[in-house]
Amino acid sequence: MQNTFYNEILTDHNLHPAHKHELPDANFQLEGVNPSCGDDIVLKLKVEDGKIVDGAYLGDGCAISQASADMMLDLVIGRTKEEAQRLSEIFLRMIKGHITEEEHEELEEAGALIDVSHMPSRVKCAVLGWHTMDEIFDDPEKAAAEAEAAKKE
Amino acid sequence: MMITQDMIDKVRADFPLISDEFAYLDNSATSQKPQCVIDAVKRFYETMNANPLRGLYRISVEATDAYEDAREAVRKFIGAKSTEEIVFTRNATESLNLVAYSWALGNLKAGDEILVTIVEHHSNMLPWQMAAKQTGAKLNYLYPDKAGTITEETFRKALTPNTKLVCMTHLSNVLGRCYDLKTFAKIAHGQGALFVGDGAQSTPHMPVDVRDLDVDFYAFSGHKMLAPMGIGVLYGKRELLDKMDPFLRGGEMIDYVTTEGATWTELPHKFEAGTVNAGGAVGLHAAIDYYNKIGWEFIEQRELELTRYAMEKIREVPHITVLGSDKAEEHHGIITFKVDGVHPHDIAAMMDEDGVCVRAGHHCAQPLLKFLGVPNTTRCSLGFYNTEKEIDRFIESLSTLRTRMGYADR
Repeated sequence: MQNTFYNEILTDHNLHPAHKHELPDANFQLEGVNPSCGDDIVLKLKVEDGKIVDGAYLGDGCAISQASADMMLDLVIGRTKEEAQRLSEIFLRMIKGHITEEEHEELEEAGALIDVSHMPSRVKCAVLGWHTMDEIFDDPEKAAAEAEAAKKE
Repeated sequence: MMITQDMIDKVRADFPLISDEFAYLDNSATSQKPQCVIDAVKRFYETMNANPLRGLYRISVEATDAYEDAREAVRKFIGAKSTEEIVFTRNATESLNLVAYSWALGNLKAGDEILVTIVEHHSNMLPWQMAAKQTGAKLNYLYPDKAGTITEETFRKALTPNTKLVCMTHLSNVLGRCYDLKTFAKIAHGQGALFVGDGAQSTPHMPVDVRDLDVDFYAFSGHKMLAPMGIGVLYGKRELLDKMDPFLRGGEMIDYVTTEGATWTELPHKFEAGTVNAGGAVGLHAAIDYYNKIGWEFIEQRELELTRYAMEKIREVPHITVLGSDKAEEHHGIITFKVDGVHPHDIAAMMDEDGVCVRAGHHCAQPLLKFLGVPNTTRCSLGFYNTEKEIDRFIESLSTLRTRMGYADR
């Protein structure tokens, strides 16, 4: 019995995520959903002076969607918004199958999802967290308002 | 009957895509096709391809005959009174939409009620939501118990004096439960309601007699019963079809057209606007011939054996919950389950790595899954050409899923 795709990096991030928790002082928050398969995450970021100082997510979904969000946060916490966006662009290109060896290494553990490029039906799962982060930076007012609303709940 | 290994091997050899390479256990999504069906479609296009019902030359006449012979084969297959009651469509979804647009919109009004069950596939739910919205009729849902049982009493209680239409599946694509349409149709008729049966899952697995069931409409797809994709059937009682307006308007469904309007041609062509899927109909004819050759006794017995075997084996695997009844007899080859802590999409992907094809997701029955309290499930669905060995392969894969996902079970 082979076990190619579901490697230890992926299953470990899924079962023992480092960043799946509440983040009360997040100043940006956005929900990302894949309606057709039910993957659902809420991404929370704490950004100060253009730098992601902390991040977390909550949600339900398949191992790929959840682990990918966890790997992403591992990678972007401590980086600037611009660096995070650049890494996200590399990750999305990896999923489409166009990436260099150096770029693959830059993604650290998130690079473990490279085989998704051969699994078209799972692309949406893998990119959910990354798309949600991109959307936060594309429309920061909305994400800030959602973080405010979450604090009042 | 005594089913021998030789009989099983012979049946498997009829299906070019069935082999030991992978175990195809997604038969409720679509069945595999026997070589005779593929050959029949090929022969149609190779030897008699012309637009049926129009041309006045030899091969068009042959194409027309082949198309109408297929209709006669379908009539006999489901026990309809006449071929005028057999309308070819693309699939069960289109058949049900035809009834919703052509019957429901013209016959329902505010104050009327439509009854559907929560077990329905979206294709036997969304058309009625549309019809209710457009006519002002009320849409009521019938809830079975958690095992999927609908008793006569539950059914009677769900009917009201205003119920004008009941739409119900013959066999659930999630629970595998077969419903007693004959009894329910009789009760519905007693209250003055019409009855629509969804036969998408039943026609591949059991003999159906629409006159015995006494349903008013019955819809099914060819592709789930060995035929090509893109050919389906709507059965309707003649007196109802006669009074209905066409669903689609266009070619070969008129008697006379002026700039002001048209008069519709006779049944069933009134409902078959545009060039028809004659190749698909010929394929469906070949599929019906194949069913007749293999025989229901073999199919039903074999599918029950396989279901019993699979249900027994799946019970031995820890952390698995099977939806629906505990009894194999009430599953008809359909076993929908969840695995604690493992998402269905991951289950299907890991099973694929092991050469096992199963369906993951909501199975186009989101309201049912919500009622059962499960967001997502995996479904193994068996056909008469599957084997115990393939079920073993599925069970073996199933038993390893949690450890592969990092759970320390053992």
